[in-house]
Amino acid sequence: MSSYATDFAAIDEYSRGKITVISKDDPKNYVFSNMFDVAANTRPYERVAVAKNFEYVIESVRAEGTSPWYSAAHDEFVVAMDYPVTVELVKLDDPDSVVDPESEGAHRLPGEPQGRKMGTAKLSRGHMCILPVGAAYRFVSGAPATLMIQTCDGPETQHRWAEFCQK
Amino acid sequence: MAMKEVMEKSGISNPRGLGITAEFSVDPANNITGYKSFRAGKFQFRRDEYFAYIETPKGTHMMSVDAFLRALMRDVAWGFFYGTVNFDPVFGTTNFYGEVDMFYGALNEAYVSEGRDYIERFKSDQLMNIFKQMISDWTNAGFDPFAAPRETGVPWGAKNGDNDGAVSRQRVTARRMVGMKGDTPLRSDKSGFPVNVMFHDVDQDQPEVHAEPGFEGEVSAFNLFGYLSRSDVTWNPSVCSVVKDSLFCPTTEEYILPVEHGNDRCEWFIQLSDEITWNIKDGSSGRPKAVVQMKPGDVACMPADIRHQGFSPKRSMLLVWENGSPKLPELIREGKAPTVAVQF
Repeated sequence: MSSYATDFAAIDEYSRGKITVISKDDPKNYVFSNMFDVAANTRPYERVAVAKNFEYVIESVRAEGTSPWYSAAHDEFVVAMDYPVTVELVKLDDPDSVVDPESEGAHRLPGEPQGRKMGTAKLSRGHMCILPVGAAYRFVSGAPATLMIQTCDGPETQHRWAEFCQK
Repeated sequence: MAMKEVMEKSGISNPRGLGITAEFSVDPANNITGYKSFRAGKFQFRRDEYFAYIETPKGTHMMSVDAFLRALMRDVAWGFFYGTVNFDPVFGTTNFYGEVDMFYGALNEAYVSEGRDYIERFKSDQLMNIFKQMISDWTNAGFDPFAAPRETGVPWGAKNGDNDGAVSRQRVTARRMVGMKGDTPLRSDKSGFPVNVMFHDVDQDQPEVHAEPGFEGEVSAFNLFGYLSRSDVTWNPSVCSVVKDSLFCPTTEEYILPVEHGNDRCEWFIQLSDEITWNIKDGSSGRPKAVVQMKPGDVACMPADIRHQGFSPKRSMLLVWENGSPKLPELIREGKAPTVAVQF
């Protein structure tokens, strides 16, 4: 039986694919980037959009050290793409006073969240964790790692398409 | 054929101004092959040991029955999907969300320029009924149209039983996230989902979750890559996490996407493992436009005016990101949905 090797990538080991135009096309139409390339070339916990569909985004984040606390008025989801990252969760006493319930995307809290500790999730490559509505969360990582976050376009989302996409 | 936009009272888009065809029939099994034949309007479908035949007033089209069944399976399982499902460069369906156009050559510039194209319109549920009967009758025991070629039997030969269990699979649709209490369960050996041989090296450990008392159901995480490594189907996205109408639909891919999917909206791909190459063609004419090579971590948007077909040499993990907003068909109909997701 053949022995197969699954090819994953990481913030310190990745290579990009490419777009080859055959006829009457523009590579920019494909908004082509690599999330590890984004994480490798941004500062810790800058939340950079790598995909956008109307109000929704996917963010690539360089996790390194301890992040600020965030919260959103809707569920979000995070996937650890390469190295271990811990998610810490706090149930907010008054979520609506922290984040406008009509708002979208992640909001950075000015300080420590007021509420009860919910727990933690230690994620390794490929693990997905819910960042539930009504909670505050932060990330802790001992070494540079890449996070992919499913969320809405919000005040923390950075749009740096020209910096990272194939032209 | 008139190309004016005709709005039905139902609000369903009808860009070609076609009337609804409601004539369907299922003809008895052939004495030699054992397969039934099917009719939807003036389209007639029959198969023999190797080929599917699609007869229309403008000509007869032949496809390998292997390719035809794999494409038909996706059209059925995805409910005609978003936009157009090209079975090949000649035959396919276009979804107008309640009604569907079935075409022969209508999205092929050579057929159109020579007037060889033919198209009819159906109520979606009525055409789906015929398609479901066809996939059931034409799929033999041991052949699974969802499986990669190396892991299933063959579709060839005379009628030999069926595989209704495989062709009637339900698409996995998590309400919030896979593995949460009351939501779509995790996959395991015990539940009939062994790790695929091409993913034997994918770590199966689950995250370390420590929930404080009272929060056991709210602190939740699972091994997404491990879950995908146990997928028993290819080219079949399933919903794993949901932010309002934002749907993460990861899937495992191997060999060739059995259809050329013609987008009517922007669709995002995130390559999670291994490599897929996409051939991109113009959505209307089928003319080649580009080749997109995706490696792990690559992110690409399929514009709303193209068709794409993927090639995956080894089983790979692909995140298909869909926007399931019910407002989108209306925005598409009004021309307000962008062709390109981001301008920069």
